Amino acid sequence: MPQDRLFEEMTQAVIDGSPDRARALAEQALKAGIEPLEAIDRGFKPGMDVVGEAFAQGELFIPDLIMSGEAMKAAIGVLEPELLRRKQQRQVLGKVVIGTVQGDIHEIGKTLVGTMLAANGFDVYDLGVDVPAQKFLDKVREVDADVVGLSALLTTTVLNQETVIQALKEAGMRDRVKVIIGGVPAGPEWAEEIEADGYAENATEAVEVVKRLVG
Amino acid sequence: MRIPILDALAAGTILVADGATGTMLQAAGLPVGQPGEAWVLERPAEIVSLHRRYIEAGSQLILTSTFGGTRTRLEKAGLGDQAEEIARRAAGLAREAAGDEIYVGGDIGPTGEMMAPLGRLTYEAAVDAFAEQARGLAAGGVDCIYVETMSDLNEARAAVEGAQQASDLPLFVTFSFDTHGRTGMGVTPAHAAGTMAGMGVAGVGANCGHAPEEVLDFLPQMQEAAPGLYLIAKPNAGIPRLVKRQAVYDAGPERMADLARQYVELGASIVGACCGSSPEHIAAIRQAVAGGG
Repeated sequence: MPQDRLFEEMTQAVIDGSPDRARALAEQALKAGIEPLEAIDRGFKPGMDVVGEAFAQGELFIPDLIMSGEAMKAAIGVLEPELLRRKQQRQVLGKVVIGTVQGDIHEIGKTLVGTMLAANGFDVYDLGVDVPAQKFLDKVREVDADVVGLSALLTTTVLNQETVIQALKEAGMRDRVKVIIGGVPAGPEWAEEIEADGYAENATEAVEVVKRLVG
Repeated sequence: MRIPILDALAAGTILVADGATGTMLQAAGLPVGQPGEAWVLERPAEIVSLHRRYIEAGSQLILTSTFGGTRTRLEKAGLGDQAEEIARRAAGLAREAAGDEIYVGGDIGPTGEMMAPLGRLTYEAAVDAFAEQARGLAAGGVDCIYVETMSDLNEARAAVEGAQQASDLPLFVTFSFDTHGRTGMGVTPAHAAGTMAGMGVAGVGANCGHAPEEVLDFLPQMQEAAPGLYLIAKPNAGIPRLVKRQAVYDAGPERMADLARQYVELGASIVGACCGSSPEHIAAIRQAVAGGG
């Protein structure tokens, strides 16, 4: 198969959310002597871009984004060992710690943000849901994170986004990490009020905001 | 003495449901992060009191305080083993407030888990969890099972199947169409209503969601896909904004009452409100759709 055609199929496998096809195409690319990085950047990654954009526009929905993320992961799973063997690395754009704040068990939005960030070249450390402020601080310190992402879906728990920011300040860590917030009750005004560095409406926008913050 | 709820709806009665529960309980002191179900066990009088406030405001159908009462969600608060008992007691508390005249809907919300293949929860496990909750609700004396805020159609199907295993009570299922006119999982109002109709539920509708105005579009879509079903509209009181650290919802009682009147004109048989609403909203809605009677 000509290279361009192979890249197109990779893109399509991610758009279709097919981990099996993505994995097979990644293996095929390695056999054909295609650089793993090129397979990611010209093959799989453009698929995630298409899906992310369609998601933001309301043309695709949560299951689509999850399955495309799975396809992307399957491809990376094949290509990454080969990268390591060649002593190459995917360009890591930054390290992001994410989680849903204490008192809140809403998982999906935060997970989608993690999926999109990982697909776009960030190292993502997902702390899960109902995460106490201290746990965010510990992880930021441990991995030397560039950005921390705070999700909240309740009008009551959204206040805990501020709690984490206060804790970062009190620990003298506020200057070393950018803070991005998301979730239904949050908004640009709220971000400004609690002195977060950014707010994103959805997972696609979160990637843009985080890129800008680390850029 | 009330007649069976389906007889009342068949006779053309418009039923006013209740408003928000979780935020009202938090206003009464429920700590953030604790499920309302905890108060079913620890502070039952608060639950009864909230039901009474909605009944006094004009609710003719109140929902049990069991939105997060599936085993899967209660496990997060260490209450997983008590799912059926909590459901039974919550139904008893609602019945205590409702007496013989007011209808009680046994409330069932999402499991909080993603269903396979996207997540780990299998269809069978979901059916079991919903059946367990529904058994408790039925044993506690509810008039119907009321599934709400669904996003995943498979999960809604599991809830219906579980409820049908547990009892013969009438079933109502409402979805949260909060994402560009669909649920977050991408389900359209027509698809949701059509699928539910095929499973033998009595009514379908929209609850929670984004702007309450959008429900005006959803009702005809659902009616067309499921002409034989009763329609329900129980949206949020607008979209929340934080003002001085307090959530402010942009649709007040008058706006919600005006919308409720329009929902009824579009064929809705049950109207109420969801997040951000209070007994004041319900009083205005009752006034608007039932003349306050």
